[in-house]
Amino acid sequence: MNRIMKVLLLAGVLSLSVWAEPAAADTPKDTLVIAKQIDDIITLDPAEVFEFSGGEVIANVYDRVMTYEAEDTQTLVPGVAESHSVGQDGKTITLKIRPGQKFHSGNPLTAEDVAFSIQRVIILNKTPAFIFSQLGWTPENVKDLVKAKDELTVDLTITEDFAPTFVLNCLSAGVGSVVDRKLVLEHETNGDLGYAWLKTNSAGSGPFVLKSWKPNETVMLEANPEYRHGAPAMKRVVIRHVPEPASQRLMLEKGDADLVRNLTADQIQGIAGNSDLVVDSYPKADVYYVALNQKDERLAKPQVRQAVRWLIDYQGMADSFLKGRFKVHQSFWPSGFYASLTDTPFKLDVAKGKQLLAEAGYPDGFEVELDSSNISPFTEIAQSLQATMGQAGIKVNIIPGEQKQVITKYRARQHQMLLLYWSPDYMDPHSNADSFARNPDNSDNAKSKPLAWRNAWDIPEITKKADAAARERDPEKRKEMYLDLQLMLQQDSPFVIMFQSTEQVAHYKNVNGFVSGPTYDTVYYRLVTK
Amino acid sequence: MTTTPAKPPAGVRRSRASAFAWHFIRLISTLALTFLGLTIVTFCIGRVIPIDPVIAVVGDRASPEAYERVRMELGLDLPLYQQYWNYLIKLLHGDLGIAVLTARPVLEDLMRVFPATLELATVAIIMGVCFGVPIGVLAATNQGRWPDHLIRLVGLVGYSMPVFWLGLVGLLVFYNTLDWVSGPGRVDVYYEDVVQPVTGMLLIDSLLAGDTGVFWNAVSHIILPAAILGYLSLAYIARMTRSFMLGQLHQEYILTAQVKGLSRSRVVWRHALPNIMVPLITVVALSYGYLLEGAVLTETVFAWPGLGRYITSALFNADMNAVLGGTLIVGTVFIGLNLLSDLAYYLVDPRAR
Repeated sequence: MNRIMKVLLLAGVLSLSVWAEPAAADTPKDTLVIAKQIDDIITLDPAEVFEFSGGEVIANVYDRVMTYEAEDTQTLVPGVAESHSVGQDGKTITLKIRPGQKFHSGNPLTAEDVAFSIQRVIILNKTPAFIFSQLGWTPENVKDLVKAKDELTVDLTITEDFAPTFVLNCLSAGVGSVVDRKLVLEHETNGDLGYAWLKTNSAGSGPFVLKSWKPNETVMLEANPEYRHGAPAMKRVVIRHVPEPASQRLMLEKGDADLVRNLTADQIQGIAGNSDLVVDSYPKADVYYVALNQKDERLAKPQVRQAVRWLIDYQGMADSFLKGRFKVHQSFWPSGFYASLTDTPFKLDVAKGKQLLAEAGYPDGFEVELDSSNISPFTEIAQSLQATMGQAGIKVNIIPGEQKQVITKYRARQHQMLLLYWSPDYMDPHSNADSFARNPDNSDNAKSKPLAWRNAWDIPEITKKADAAARERDPEKRKEMYLDLQLMLQQDSPFVIMFQSTEQVAHYKNVNGFVSGPTYDTVYYRLVTK
Repeated sequence: MTTTPAKPPAGVRRSRASAFAWHFIRLISTLALTFLGLTIVTFCIGRVIPIDPVIAVVGDRASPEAYERVRMELGLDLPLYQQYWNYLIKLLHGDLGIAVLTARPVLEDLMRVFPATLELATVAIIMGVCFGVPIGVLAATNQGRWPDHLIRLVGLVGYSMPVFWLGLVGLLVFYNTLDWVSGPGRVDVYYEDVVQPVTGMLLIDSLLAGDTGVFWNAVSHIILPAAILGYLSLAYIARMTRSFMLGQLHQEYILTAQVKGLSRSRVVWRHALPNIMVPLITVVALSYGYLLEGAVLTETVFAWPGLGRYITSALFNADMNAVLGGTLIVGTVFIGLNLLSDLAYYLVDPRAR
């Protein structure tokens, strides 16, 4: 045997011997390790974050003006602000800031920081800025309308006519995060208000400090011992990007992750026998729906819109492949919140669907395209729709695509039927009504593209009703108005709303206190113990 | 009798120098043309895919003003040729742009994801060569007998198994059940961020820092994905080695060597093997090249933050700066490997000199 052979063999044996090295043990006691898909994070600047995972991170790093606390994610309470008062005209709100608060940097948190944070959102004008700009704030007027009166008082003036509860809800969104003005301005380049720096760093006062964000790899958080509710029990939180749910399951079973977030229904079933693991369900505010483009003359017929409603096996899906992850819900505002309509009048009724199609002039049905994301659960839902609509003669051709591809087509109004979901930006019914029930300009080159516009649904009357509901200051009356709107859209609209989602989180029995609220940015780690 | 080697006449020296210069110029222009072609094709693909790149930046719900501003920032309002020209000018200044998906300069991203892939691919190819070449030779020398059949079966399995499935089964068996290796990711949570990145390759960085704890942990993480990728290249390398070797073993010089009384192993390793080195180097270089492109599925199963997943997710999000940057890296890798294998031919084959 010559030298080459010897070297090759030696290398082979060496690489084999490495296999004997034991794997590391379980996660550290004071560290929470979460395995999750986090490749949607593209920024961590609260003025810009609008992605699920990014929203979750900033919810734990920043404190907001108004907030939903981890202890009760249903009730809006003051956060950085201690209290608020609304002026006689309903257009001025005075915020009193909690004294003695500190940022992670050690800088004191004052009214100046609150005003700066709001002004910054409007001036930078990134994606979620509309949450504030709808109140009438513009880069030109925001410094006059949002002002620090003294060290602990901020005056807000809105120019549009909105209910004060609505304004307070807007302040609880991600854009309501308060940033450390001094620190951010230290990192300002070319007048960008620290934007380039804050995308990958943090300047907050929340329960955790951002240590690092490695894209598609990890987010590391460290406890803030000075947090106003006290130091979190976990010293560190590591969120690890594990794209494959099957790998997440293996990591959980092996003890390399404390908590995993993206298991599929059958994986959840698969771990059911493991007595060390627990699965928790958290109702979410996302609604899943089928959209019918009204530019398509067949889908624009009221009887066809009706027929589609009767040709979906809502309960069948919820009881089988969507079990545990979705419940049947048929109105645009999710259940479990102020002013939600929980009736579910529609069920699968092929005979009724057929009859309605015949009335519309399509006794033999028709052929139609359905755009859908190429990932679970969209593919399965699309297949079920295809099967049940097929029974009444509607031949559905599924066009699977990347989610962004589906949205691109949707925004260009080039779809026929389309399957997608919607989640509110803040927990006020206007957040959804604004998109489902408002279409101020139905022309092809309209600037604003709410869901109603994307389906070419021209609704001047309903738009007026939605506007009136947003302005109504009496909460009871306002609630009635939203219930009315939901009923109207449930009975007849291009939206066939089917489900509301539930997040299933699998974790070790000893991991307690994880909170996942209704929206993606009300997920909290600070109460976790293990 | 001794002879002093005659110095080549001045004319010959000059012509050698000019031949070298000519060779060099040709190389540079080939490189430039290849890169130009790569960028043009990738750029055009990026503009015809049915995803709006602005949506990747601002999301679905931005105000019309925010949407329009980003469209301008990305230069999408300009004619296509001008967009390309602007990109090219920036590229020549070493600016690959900012990746939308990571909010960081593409160059910085590539310097993070490429070493992760390089590390994985290198360990994998070493495994592939160390096992693939000997078993290929073994199969050839036992043609038609059971070792040959077994090795061909192993090769066939490696060739036809979906890597995604292989990865998950590997994790289930070696990580979850037997506890021989660590799971997804490059290193355990304990060791995260312990070593300062120098090369970006954890195995090397941990040794440079003298931290054997991190080194062994990284080894226990890399070994399974590398073994799976290595198995795939092993399958290819073993099959090719076998067929090259068979070609040689039927040559007359082998018969001559045997007739002269040389041992079987000496004939195979000393006489036959050197003669298959040139095509074998090509095969290994090609396998290595494919591994360096980034193995998307393996990276997904093993949560490995490498080049393959970076380019794929960039493409799905129409993040064209990232896609172009990644493509340039892949192009560079292939050109680099070509040059290296040319050099290797030169070393192993006297005729090439």
